Amino acid sequence: MNSEQIPEPISIPEEILQKWEAKGVSRRDFMKFCTAVTATLALPVSFIPQVAAAMDDQRLPVIWVEYQSCSGDSEAFLRANQPTAAEIILDVISLEYAEVVMAAAGHQAEQAKWAAMEKYKGKYLLIVEGSIPTGAGGAYCTVGGESAVDSAKKLIQNAAATITVGTCASFGGIPAAAPNPTGAVSVRELVPGAAIVNLPGCPVNAENLTATIVHFLTFGKLPAVDALGRPKFAYGKRIHDNCERRAHFDAGQYAEDFGDAAQRQGHCLYKLGCKGPETFHNCPTIRYNEGTSWPIMAGHGCIGCSEPGFWDTMTPFYRRLPQVPGFGIEATADKIGLGLVAATAAAFAAHGIASACRKGDAMESDKLKREE
Amino acid sequence: MLEIRYVWEWPVRITHWVNALCVVVLALTGFAIGTPILVAGDGSYVMGWVRFVHYVAAYAFTVSVLARFYWMFAGNHHASWRAFIPWTTAVGRRNFVKMLRYYTFTGKQISYEVGHNPVAALAYAGIFALFVFQIVSGFALYSQYNPGGFMAGLFAPLLNLVGNQWLRLGHHGVMWLLLGFFINHVYSGWLMDVKERNGTMSGIVSGYRFIEPRDL
Ligand code: HEM
Ligand code: HEM
Ligand code: SF4
Repeated sequence: MNSEQIPEPISIPEEILQKWEAKGVSRRDFMKFCTAVTATLALPVSFIPQVAAAMDDQRLPVIWVEYQSCSGDSEAFLRANQPTAAEIILDVISLEYAEVVMAAAGHQAEQAKWAAMEKYKGKYLLIVEGSIPTGAGGAYCTVGGESAVDSAKKLIQNAAATITVGTCASFGGIPAAAPNPTGAVSVRELVPGAAIVNLPGCPVNAENLTATIVHFLTFGKLPAVDALGRPKFAYGKRIHDNCERRAHFDAGQYAEDFGDAAQRQGHCLYKLGCKGPETFHNCPTIRYNEGTSWPIMAGHGCIGCSEPGFWDTMTPFYRRLPQVPGFGIEATADKIGLGLVAATAAAFAAHGIASACRKGDAMESDKLKREE
Repeated sequence: MLEIRYVWEWPVRITHWVNALCVVVLALTGFAIGTPILVAGDGSYVMGWVRFVHYVAAYAFTVSVLARFYWMFAGNHHASWRAFIPWTTAVGRRNFVKMLRYYTFTGKQISYEVGHNPVAALAYAGIFALFVFQIVSGFALYSQYNPGGFMAGLFAPLLNLVGNQWLRLGHHGVMWLLLGFFINHVYSGWLMDVKERNGTMSGIVSGYRFIEPRDL
């Protein structure tokens, strides 16, 4: 490579680095954060300075509400993130309301929520966790006497943008699984047309949430999304197409059982019901918990937790295809199909014998001449 | 007097055999995709090849089915789309009942036909519908390898409406229906060949059938 081809070195202005150093974040950690987020967003390296500049003292107001959820997404974001990343992101946003971490409780907390909404009308970022039950007039989930339906609508309509975290908020998730007793819907179903970006996953990957917030800070808008409202940078590829076990899939090497030699050697988990071929997510590339591992790396097939059909179409977890509706638990598509084909064969064999023996179905053309 | 009539024009015959071959190949490779029975050691590419053959056959099948659809409008009246919905005319309805009664041993007379017999014709209409379903669901699943691409855009509404897992289950289940049809079809062909003695089976190879006008 000659010297002209060496790209311009990327540099972050000295003032910004010093400011972060004063806050106890080393230059190295800050650079790492900016680089990692830029990479997660699939942006070219030349955007790193822009990202770094955007992390400057914006104090973006954020309201984080939970409805029918397990708080798993809050936990994933607050605990699993790299300590410095959490520090940085919590420094540039101002978490006005978040049930899991705030000190206030009861009416005081309620007041804080609505006060924040009024104060930052049209400017705050709303994060919703959990699905919203619409059954029984919204009675299945009320906070401070107000139904989730009413409060979510108000918060979404007054927000600059909304991020749904987790599969429940994005697609209805587990509460919306058949028979969906509470009439749970996703945020997008509740307020169609609002500026919403869906970050499904069970739980949401903290890395993707961080990157989405940084994108909003850097460009003032939500990232480009697909038809299901998911950012393309995170959900633009199928797990199966980026999976580290994929070579074994193509080679025809499959684990047959948990703990067998093939599974330990890293062979493909397809026969153990892996849903990687139907799931869009960047798990194989960014993994979970600071890139430590992810389900398939750990030896368990993907369960398709971030897809719209989760839970109903992704169970049984250890079979590739969903249950054939109307048939029992033990009936697989192949058992039913084989039964059908066997019954057809038997029926036509019987029909053939009966037809061969029947008489009196002659026609004009049957008056045949026999060859001697 | 027995007449020799040219019934199945060459596009009907070619598409028939291309379809038949493709269905067999697609069912075998499809089953091997769903239940990988071919397993191999290091360095092989078994599943890769199985899927490759599935997709090559899929394209051939699609072209052949589309050609047959074109011929439903361009071909003779035995090949016409009208032949597949026998219920639209009084004669068609009468012959349908006659044929159904023959098959169920409640009638003695075969509805002797130059083209498809009316019960078979209706079955073919169903089979063509299943062909379309397999092509649509197959390409929808196929399109997912490149979510930003043209094909993915084309099938995204369907995938989002139905869900890729239900499409996959449907695609898998229809394979069994087609195999069931295969048995029925070859059996009925054999039965009619024996009972009508008009060259039903050779007709789909040569195009000619032997017709006794007094039977019509
Ligand atoms: C008569 C026609 C066909 C039959 C019987 C057939 C059968 C099957 C079967 C049984 C499977 C396995 C499903 C599973 O258990 O996951 C399959 C998979 C598939 N088929 Fe077909 N198929 C047919 C036509 C097509 C066509 C026209 C296409 C179009 C490209 C297609 C594309 C696919 C794809 C993409 C998969 C999934 C492969 C994978 O997961 O790697 N098929 N097919
Ligand atoms: C050994 C295999 C096969 C034989 C001997 C055979 C024979 C025949 C015959 C004799 C006909 C004309 C029937 C009539 O008069 O109505 C026919 C038509 C037809 N067969 Fe087959 N067949 C075979 C395999 C298949 C397979 C595997 C399929 C698809 C699953 C298939 C689909 C059809 C269809 C759709 C027609 C209507 C043809 C048209 O009008 O285009 N056949 N076949
Ligand atoms: S483990 Fe799952 S995602 Fe990975 S190659 Fe196998 S089937 Fe695909």
